[in-house]
Amino acid sequence: MQLDNLSRRLIERYQHNLPLCAEPWQAMADELGCSEAELLDCLQRLDAAGVLSRVGPVFEHSRAGASTLVALAVPPERLEQVAELVNRYPEVNHNYLREHDYNLWFVLTGPDRQTLQRCLRDIEGATGLLPLDLPMRRAYRIDLGFSLEGTP
Amino acid sequence: MSACICPSDATLTRRLIELTQAGLPLVADPWAWLAEQLGISSAQALALLQRLQADGAIRRIAAVPNHYRLGYRHNGMTVWDVDDERMAELGPLIGAQPFVSHCYRRPRRDGWRYNLFAMVHGRSAEEIDADRQRIRQLLGNACRADDMLVSSRILKKTGLRLQKAENPLSRHTTEPAPLDSPPARRMTGVVGKAGAEAGAASPQEKAPCSE
Repeated sequence: MQLDNLSRRLIERYQHNLPLCAEPWQAMADELGCSEAELLDCLQRLDAAGVLSRVGPVFEHSRAGASTLVALAVPPERLEQVAELVNRYPEVNHNYLREHDYNLWFVLTGPDRQTLQRCLRDIEGATGLLPLDLPMRRAYRIDLGFSLEGTP
Repeated sequence: MSACICPSDATLTRRLIELTQAGLPLVADPWAWLAEQLGISSAQALALLQRLQADGAIRRIAAVPNHYRLGYRHNGMTVWDVDDERMAELGPLIGAQPFVSHCYRRPRRDGWRYNLFAMVHGRSAEEIDADRQRIRQLLGNACRADDMLVSSRILKKTGLRLQKAENPLSRHTTEPAPLDSPPARRMTGVVGKAGAEAGAASPQEKAPCSE
């Protein structure tokens, strides 16, 4: 999609950190040289268009709970059924089909490790598939940010 | 700030996570909205957020972009079997590459030999192949095997959630209008079309990478 100048600058500048102050939209507007109304309108447009997946806190789940990356090797003919079953768990927040024997990859998140283990046992029981449980041991990079240079 | 959280804070924190993990409502005063949901004052809501950030429970507050919509339509989860002895040196090196969005050490398991994960994103399949090649060079003989798992579909993608938001401002209940083709889907529980991205998003966000 075409990003206008304000949208582009807004994403470049704020994909990592919004000001955590009493009037965040105003503070952002001041920095970008627009009005608060324009800023909020821009955010709403980008959000509605799906250019922003969300505006809000990014939680550190090793501090605010527990999470793990899980993979299942699902026979192709059972994919739809297993994916649907897995997606029903509120603990599952991303689920991707990937080209590999381990073809279903999702992140489990919960208040503590015990909850995750219960969920893993549950999934194993319901699918008959042994989940690969791959909790993070160490983060070498957790940022998500991309230059918009050269984007259409 | 101290890591000690008093009981009422813990309850409030949990509520706050539930309320905001899928994003803040884009209203004129988001803290007032949050305060009302939590039954505290705006100033207290802001102070709680600031405390959680100072404490490290909130990594950052951000306008989290959707890579796919920004033109980064190809992603690969590259996985590497790296000599344990050299991980302390090589993990940070790979994590520092500009084309890597997430990089984590994870345990090996029976039937799974890879202990380093690096997510790469690009505008073409060639771009992510080149990224993989570059990582291979950097790891050199410390790496015994590697693979790249490309995603073919998004089966579910939500912000983290402990419960489904019930407020009418919840932004994850409406389908965004497709702006380009093929339209990216970002719906909860929706089986998306081919060509999906992973990510992450959010660090936790999105990528099957966060913990």
